Amino acid sequence: MRFAFPLAGVVLSLMGIAVAQDLSQPVPPKPMNWSFEGPFGTYDRGALQRGFQVYKEVCSACHSLNMVAFSDLAAPGGPGFSEAQAKVIAAGYKIPAEPNDRGEIFDANGNRLTRPGVLADHFPPPFANEQAARAANGGALPPDLSLIVKAREGGPDYVYSILTGFVKPPHGFKVQEGKYYNEHFAGRNISMPPPLNNGSVTFSDGTPSTIDNEARSIVTFLAWASEPNLEARHSIGLQVIAFLVLLCGLLFLSYRRIWHGGRQDAAARDRPGSTTEKH
Amino acid sequence: MAGQSTYVPKTGFTRWLDARLPILRLVSDTLTTYPTPKNLNFWYTFGGILAFMLGVQIVTGIVLAMHYVPSADLAFQSVEQRIMREVNYGWLIRYIHANGASMFFLAVYIHIFRGLYYGSYKAPREVIWLLGVLIYILMMATAFFGYVLPWGQMSFWGATVITSLFSALDQVIPHLGSAITTWLWGDFAVGDATLNRFFSLHYLVPFIIAGVVALHIWALHVPGNNNPLGIDVKGPQDTVPFHPYYTVKDAFYLALFVLVYAAIVFYAPNFFGNPDNYIQANPLVTPTDIVPEWYLLPFYAMLRSVPQKLIGVLVLVASLATLVFVPWLDTSKTRSCRFRPIMKQLFWLFAADCVLLGYVGAQTADAAWHLGDITLPLVWLARLGTLYYFAFFWVLMPLIGWFERAKPLPESIAQPVLAKV
Repeated sequence: MRFAFPLAGVVLSLMGIAVAQDLSQPVPPKPMNWSFEGPFGTYDRGALQRGFQVYKEVCSACHSLNMVAFSDLAAPGGPGFSEAQAKVIAAGYKIPAEPNDRGEIFDANGNRLTRPGVLADHFPPPFANEQAARAANGGALPPDLSLIVKAREGGPDYVYSILTGFVKPPHGFKVQEGKYYNEHFAGRNISMPPPLNNGSVTFSDGTPSTIDNEARSIVTFLAWASEPNLEARHSIGLQVIAFLVLLCGLLFLSYRRIWHGGRQDAAARDRPGSTTEKH
Repeated sequence: MAGQSTYVPKTGFTRWLDARLPILRLVSDTLTTYPTPKNLNFWYTFGGILAFMLGVQIVTGIVLAMHYVPSADLAFQSVEQRIMREVNYGWLIRYIHANGASMFFLAVYIHIFRGLYYGSYKAPREVIWLLGVLIYILMMATAFFGYVLPWGQMSFWGATVITSLFSALDQVIPHLGSAITTWLWGDFAVGDATLNRFFSLHYLVPFIIAGVVALHIWALHVPGNNNPLGIDVKGPQDTVPFHPYYTVKDAFYLALFVLVYAAIVFYAPNFFGNPDNYIQANPLVTPTDIVPEWYLLPFYAMLRSVPQKLIGVLVLVASLATLVFVPWLDTSKTRSCRFRPIMKQLFWLFAADCVLLGYVGAQTADAAWHLGDITLPLVWLARLGTLYYFAFFWVLMPLIGWFERAKPLPESIAQPVLAKV
């Protein structure tokens, strides 16, 4: 199918050059253990709340989280904030206001009118539009984070690896101008500056704010943002599987009895072709 | 249906209804008393499983359509935000539907290969096979339309690649292919118009499939089931009534199938998916690898194995069209591969070939195996695989039927069964 897409050919030939240099091939994501993996997995509440803090204080400067509403922060299976806490969090955000009684959305000075957020609002994006986002980020577009963990091969491991993958470039590797070296990113040149430092945030629960702790927290938070119903899915799944195992067992017994039942079994005795068939 | 109807209405109402609309007679004759060979094995339970899967897909699909917005601007959001986050259990219905497509294809492939192995396409069952081929092609079309609807990156670029195949006709008559492609798109690129018509067709075709399935089952009930021995039913001693014997057997294996299906839906719902489809469609950014869903990969490999686009498309069309001729390509008098020592091995080689083609289809176009110093470009494996695919049907099937010496067939279905006891 490549022949249909000259662009894909260009990409592949670029990859070909990358192979020759070897260093442009990204290092595979670090395999991590996450509390939400496996059939019984749940999100670590503490990590979710810390991750929310990291998103709010660090990531949200550039990255939107369009699909997550403030009410989700208090929803079952989420970070576990109370409704009152979620309301306070929402009120801390300025949301572009709906037209007022006079039909205005700008004040006398030409500033956009805003109102405090409510539970039904979604996290407001940091930039008005794609062009504004690119202009502020050297031409690069910081992706929306609502689905980022599901939208990348490697999922949470990959996002964690990117956040902690800003190491010193190996000798001889030329980092492009305005980019940063990240060994887990395709091409190893990433537009995002290292977002996390020791002490980037001060966790209210006293967790030491190491890069590792910050990255684990934000990845947990983003995994939840990508899959907010994971806990419900896991627990309903358990009930469904248990029911089906029971159903399979009962059907198996019925199947055995009808096909290979003993003499007292009327159906088997009447089975056409059997020696005891009634005529 | 086959033979005489044995239905006897027992109450006044059923006698009254039977004289006006013999629908209970139909149900009784097809689902209750229908005489079924007594030796049908596990592989024969997939027909019932497929009927169940069609029902699941239609029911979940209708619910999803209540919340889905077929618009290039809103489709992605309506799936990923509304259905996955806001609609009650929308995530569950969506995962059941999306993984249902994969389970549907898994079941249909087993069903098709079972038919090939036991010679179920041979006289007098050619029409059952032909209707089956039609259902399979309609299923592929439906799955393709459906995959476009979430409007992710793979949706968009998959739609672009597949619809662009028609432009190969430009090499026959200049501009003809491009004109067809533009007509299919309803625009000069895959966009809002394309998405809307694909949604419309994705809703329509499953009901056509349901109609053809009814014909498929009707055609089955005229000659009755084939069986693993591939010999005709000689009399009532060879059969059991469909109910309770096969209702319970089908129910048990269906429950096992649903168990696997549920495990995927609840614990690996994105196993068959592509991460790129969680990124909204962007006509300006081509994904590095455009890969179709797993069930189309063998055909994708065959298409890519030919460097010339038009011939590649013709190979793709021919690979499906070939299936239509299978009942007449097989010259053997023996149906079941159990008694065909050569055909049995060629069959398994064919099954392995399809898996191999699927594997190659999932790799990048320039992928290669490195065995020591030897580099084996996978495109050559795909070419070999494509060659065997066509040779199996067009050369081996007719030839082997002539000179293969089949093992002796049992007298009747009842005989080997009783002999075992």
